[in-house]
Amino acid sequence: MNPSREITLRVNGNTVRAVCETRTTLLDFLRDHAGLTGTHAGCEHGVCGACTVQLDGASVRACLLFAAQVGEGQITTVEGLAPPGAMTDLQQAFRRHHALQCGFCTPGMLMTADALLRETPHPDEAAVRAALSGNLCRCTGYQPIIEAVLDCAEARGARS
Amino acid sequence: MNAPDRAGLGNAFEAAATGTLSGAPIERVEDERFLTGAGRFTDDVRFEGMGHAAILRSTHAHARIRRIDCTAARALPGVMLVATAADIAQANKPIPIRLAPLPGLDRFLQPTIAADEVRYVGEPVAIVVASSRYVAEDALDLIEVDYDEGPAVASITQSASNATLVHAAVGTNVATQYPVERGDVDRAFAGAPYTRRERFRCHRHTGAPMETRGLVAEWNGSLMRVWGATKVPFFNRGLLASFFDLPETAVDMIETDIGGGFGIRGEFYPEDFLVPWASMQLGRPVKWIEDRREHLMAANHARETECELEIAMNLDGTIRGLRGRVMADLGAYVRTGGGVAVSRLAQYLPGPYRISDFGCEVMALVTNKTPVGTMRGPGRYEANYFRERLLDLACGDLGLDPVAVREMNLIARHEMPWPIGRLVPTEGEGAYDVGDFHSGLHKALSAIGYDRLPRDGALIDGWLHGVGVACFVESSGGGKSENARIVARTDGSFDIYSGVSTMGQGHETVFAQIAGDELGAPISAFRVHHGSTAHVDYGWGTFHSRAIVVGGSAVKLAAAQMREQLDALAAAGHRGPPAEDIEVKLRYDTKGPTYSYGTHVAHVAVDPETARVKVLAYVALEDVGRVMNPLLAHGQAVGGAVQGIGATFLDELRYDENAQLLSGSYADYLMATSTEAPAVQAVLLEESPSPSNPLGAKGAGEGGIVATAGALANAVGNALAAWRLPLTSLPLSLDNLARALREARSAAAVPGQDH
Amino acid sequence: MAAMAFMHYLPNGKVCTIPVMKPAPLDILPATSVAHALSLLGEHGDQARLIAGGQSLMPILAMRLAAPAILIDINGIADLRGIRLEADGSVLIGALTRHRDLERSPLLAERLPLIAAAMPWIAHVQIRNRGTLGGSLSHADPAAELPALCIALCATIELHSPRGVRQIAADDFFQGVFATARADDELLTAVRVPATTPAQRWAFIELARRHGDFALCGIALTADCSPTGAVTQARIVVFGVSDCPRRLPHLESAIVGSAPSPASIDQAMQSLDTVEARSDHHASSEYRLELLATLARRALRQAFGFDERTAP
Repeated sequence: MNPSREITLRVNGNTVRAVCETRTTLLDFLRDHAGLTGTHAGCEHGVCGACTVQLDGASVRACLLFAAQVGEGQITTVEGLAPPGAMTDLQQAFRRHHALQCGFCTPGMLMTADALLRETPHPDEAAVRAALSGNLCRCTGYQPIIEAVLDCAEARGARS
Repeated sequence: MNAPDRAGLGNAFEAAATGTLSGAPIERVEDERFLTGAGRFTDDVRFEGMGHAAILRSTHAHARIRRIDCTAARALPGVMLVATAADIAQANKPIPIRLAPLPGLDRFLQPTIAADEVRYVGEPVAIVVASSRYVAEDALDLIEVDYDEGPAVASITQSASNATLVHAAVGTNVATQYPVERGDVDRAFAGAPYTRRERFRCHRHTGAPMETRGLVAEWNGSLMRVWGATKVPFFNRGLLASFFDLPETAVDMIETDIGGGFGIRGEFYPEDFLVPWASMQLGRPVKWIEDRREHLMAANHARETECELEIAMNLDGTIRGLRGRVMADLGAYVRTGGGVAVSRLAQYLPGPYRISDFGCEVMALVTNKTPVGTMRGPGRYEANYFRERLLDLACGDLGLDPVAVREMNLIARHEMPWPIGRLVPTEGEGAYDVGDFHSGLHKALSAIGYDRLPRDGALIDGWLHGVGVACFVESSGGGKSENARIVARTDGSFDIYSGVSTMGQGHETVFAQIAGDELGAPISAFRVHHGSTAHVDYGWGTFHSRAIVVGGSAVKLAAAQMREQLDALAAAGHRGPPAEDIEVKLRYDTKGPTYSYGTHVAHVAVDPETARVKVLAYVALEDVGRVMNPLLAHGQAVGGAVQGIGATFLDELRYDENAQLLSGSYADYLMATSTEAPAVQAVLLEESPSPSNPLGAKGAGEGGIVATAGALANAVGNALAAWRLPLTSLPLSLDNLARALREARSAAAVPGQDH
Repeated sequence: MAAMAFMHYLPNGKVCTIPVMKPAPLDILPATSVAHALSLLGEHGDQARLIAGGQSLMPILAMRLAAPAILIDINGIADLRGIRLEADGSVLIGALTRHRDLERSPLLAERLPLIAAAMPWIAHVQIRNRGTLGGSLSHADPAAELPALCIALCATIELHSPRGVRQIAADDFFQGVFATARADDELLTAVRVPATTPAQRWAFIELARRHGDFALCGIALTADCSPTGAVTQARIVVFGVSDCPRRLPHLESAIVGSAPSPASIDQAMQSLDTVEARSDHHASSEYRLELLATLARRALRQAFGFDERTAP
C-alpha cells in the first residue's frame, strides 16, 4: 500500500478534506479532490505558471508543492477571487483588454497579477512584465495582459 | 453563456438594424467562464470509475523490439489494462493522410502503436490504464522492453544519403520529390548580371499550446463518445469509426474548451485510437492527458527545413528569377498533414513579388525524429524567411536600398489577378485575386516611423541599431465547404451551430456578431455551438485560417435565410418571437482561397559583445479584407507575431547525433515570456476585401507570424551590417549569433575593431 | 534560474528516461526541530531526502530522476527562518529564509545591497515565494546565483549533524555540479555574512537566455577600498560557466592595489583567469568564455562607477 493520508486544506475560505496518496501534488489535490478545476496543469515541472495559486496571499506553483505540505496555509484559487457570478476589477480588465484567448493560462495569470497588485499597487510596465515572467501564454503575446493589469492598477489608484 | 436579452429582443426584431455588430470591438462572450475558472477543458471532464491512461514511449530513436514483458505491470494493484501491439493486433492500422497527399507519402504512415520497430524517441509502445495517472506511471516503470538498438538518422543530410534507412522495407528515405515551375527559370537566369545562391535552414520547433493534448473516451456498447476533439472533429470521427468498423453515427466527437491549437492540436494521432480502444476493452471511460514531456516528443513538430535558394537580379534590383531546392525533415512517419508545410513552402517562395520565372525542387525526407505536422503559417514562416533574407543579402551585394528593391518588385494592384501557376501538385492553377501590396509596405513603414529610426548599425549606448523589412502574401480559407444551422427559439433567442472548431479564437462572439447583423438581434440573443459532431451534418473544422472566411460566411447566409423567414412571419402579422422553433440549415461552398498580404518591420538593437538582441519596435501589418472584431483580430495579429518572434530567437527542438531529443522539457524548450516579448503594433487593413466570400473576409490568424523570421533576421543583419553576417540559419539564438560574430571576426576581410 | 537546469547535467546531456510527471510513491515526515530532522535523517538514511522549498527537487521527483521513499520536510522548523543583524555587524540568515524574504529585507538592502540587487534575477516570483536559501545552496546548481553571492560576500555556511556544528567557508562549500561539502547526515542551518563597510564596492551582472532562466554566465563582485580609493581586497565570482561558482584570483589580484580607472580595468582584464567552461545546447564553451570576459569587465566598470550601460 502506497503511503496515504487524510489531508485537510483551507481553500477559498472553505475546508476541504480528502484521503489521498501522500505524493499528491497541491495541483492534483485541488483539481481531483477539491473539485477546483480552474487551476490548470500546463507543464507540471514548475515552468509554465498555469497552476499558480496563492498560499497565504503569495503566488506559488501548485505543481511544486505536495498537498501534504500546506498544513494551516490558506490557499486561494481563481474560483476564490470573486463570489460566484461576480468578477473582480482585475478580471473585468482582462475581458476589456482581450487579455485572454484560449483561457488556459488565464487563472494562473490572474493569481499572479492579483498578488502583485496587493503587494505593489502601482507597478510600472517593467514591474508587471517581470512579475508575469513566470506565466507562459501562447495566444496573446502578453501585451493585452500587461495593459489589463496596468489599467486595473490605475483605476484602483483613481478610486482611492 | 449569456442569457438571452428578452427585453431588447422585440425592439431588435422591429428595428432590423444591420451592420452594427460586425466590425465593432465587442468583448467576448466566452471570457467570463475562463476568467472565473469555469472553463471546461479536456482534463476537466471526469466520470465515476474512469480509468487513467499513460503511454509507454520509446526511449530509442531507432530499434527493433525484441520482447515486451508486461507481467509486473499487470500485477500492480490499481492497474486495469496493459496493452501492446500484440494485444491490439489487427485493429492497429496506419493513420491516413488528411491534407496534401503528395506522391509517395503514403508509404510512410504511422501505425497507432509500434509493433516490432520503433523509429523515434516518444513513439507509443504500450498503453496502461490504471486507477490514477500516478499508478499508471508506476506501471510504466514496470514494463520491460528489450530493444535492439540500430543506427538512427538524425539529419536531412544523413537522410538524403540513404545510407541508413528509417523504413527499410520502403528502400528510401525520400518520402516525396517533385519539381514545380512557372515561366522559364533557366532562361531568366541565363545571362543574369547578378545571382546569389545561399543555403538556408529553418529550425525544428512546435506550437506548444498551453493545454497539452488529451481525450476522454467512453464506449457504452453501442456509442463511442470522445471528449477533447478539436480542429477537425468530423474527419477524425470518420477515421475512428473506420478503425473500429463502426458507422460514423456510432461515434460522437465532443469539443471541450481547448487551450490553444496553433495547428498541432486536433489532428488524428496514435492516442486518438489507443484511448478509445482501451475504453472499449475495459467498458469504462478512459482519460488520457498528455504530460508536457510527452507533448514535446510525441505531438507534431514543425518547420525543420533546408533550402538552397538562388536569385537572379538586374543591377537595378529587378528580380529576374528565383530557383532552388527545398528539403523538409518529416520525422519518422508521415502524419495527417505531413506534406502541407513543404508544399506550401515551395508555393510561397516567390511571395508577393513579380517573379514570373520560378522553379523549385521539392523533397521531403524521413528521419528518426518526431513526425511533423502543420504549425501556424505552415511553409510561410519558412518561405518568407528564406526569400526576404536572400533579398536583403542581394541588396547588400548590390548596394541597393532594401525598401526600394521591394517597392520595385512587388506586384502592383493593377496587375491583379496575378497568376501564380500550379506550384502544389495536389492543387490546380492559382492566382492572387486582389491586393495593394505597395500600400501595405508603405503603411507598415509609416507605422513604425521608418524614416526616423536609427539603423544600419548606428551605435547608441553600446547597442547597434538595425531595421528589417519583410513582405508576404498567404492563402487562407481552405476546406471546400462549411455547414451552419440556426434555430430561432420561441423565447426570442437563437442557437447557432457550426462545423468549425475553436481553440480560443473567439468564434462564439464573432458568429453572434455576424448573425446579429443579419437578424437585427443583440449578441446576447445567441448561443453558439461548435466543434462537436452532433451539431451539424458535417463540419470541415478549423485550419488554414478558415473559420470566419468559410464558417462565418455560412453563418451569415444561414442568418440571412432566417431573416427572410422571420420577415415573412412579420409580413403575415406576427409580432415578436416565433410561436414554434424555426430551423435553417445551410451549406456554404467556398469559391477558392483568400489571399491576405502585408509587411512586417522590426527595429532591433544588438549588443555585439554578448550577441543579445532587443526588439525595440515591431509592426505587423496585414490586409485581412474585413475586420469582424478589431479586439479579436488585433489579438490574433499580436499573439501570432510574439509567437513568431519568440520562435525566431528561442523555440528550438534540438536532437543530438543519435536522434535523442535534447529539448524535452520547458527548461530546454524556451518560448517568449512577458519580459522577452516586445510591444507589437498590429496594423490591420481592409483595403482589399476578398471577392470570394460574402463577408469579404480573409484569414487573419496567421499573418502575425508568417514574416517574423524574415523581418527579424534582416533587422539583426542590418544592425550588424559591419560584419556582413549571412544569417541564413535559424534560430537567431544567443549562441548562434555569437558564433556568427566570432566567425566573422576571425575572418580576414572584416573590420578589425569591435564597437 | 528556472527550476530544472539539472537536465543539462545528466550523462551526455540526455534525458532518455520514460516521460513521466508524477512522483513515485513516497511518505513525507515533517521535522519540528533541527534535532528532529537530524534524528529522522539518521533513522532513514539513504531512503530519505530533505525537502525545503522544493522548487528544484519537485521537478526531479515528478520526472522520477530521484525516487526517495521518504521526504523529511523541514519547512516547519521556525528557528531556521529569518534574517538577523549580529552584534559584530555580521548578518545571520536562516537556511529556511525564502528568496522573497531576502529580496524584500530592508536590512539586506541596507547592509548587503549585492543580495538585494541579485534577487530579482532568480527565477520568477512564484519560485522565489517558496524557494529557500538553504535549499539553493544545498542543491548547488552551477548556474545558481545564491552560491556565487555567498562566495562574493565571504560568507560561512553552518551545518548541523549528530556530530555537532561546523562552519565552512562558502569558498570551500561548493565542489562541483550538485556537489557540496555537506555530508549526508548534515543539515544546512544558516549562512553568516561578515560585516561589510558601507564603502564596499559591488556589482552583480548576469546573462540568461530569458529573464529568470539560469545564467549562461554571471558575475558577483565585491571590493573593499582604502580611503584613497585603492582596492584593498576583491572577490570576483563567476557562475554558470563551469561546474560550480569560482573566484577569479588572477583578476582579483590585478585589480587590487590601486584606484581603478577604465584603463586600469581594461589592463586588469589581461589577467583574466583561465576557466574551464562547459558546453550545452544553450551556450557553447566558447560563448560562455566570451561572456565571462565581457561581463567581468562590465561588472568591474559598474562597481567603480564607469558603466555607461545598464543591462548585459
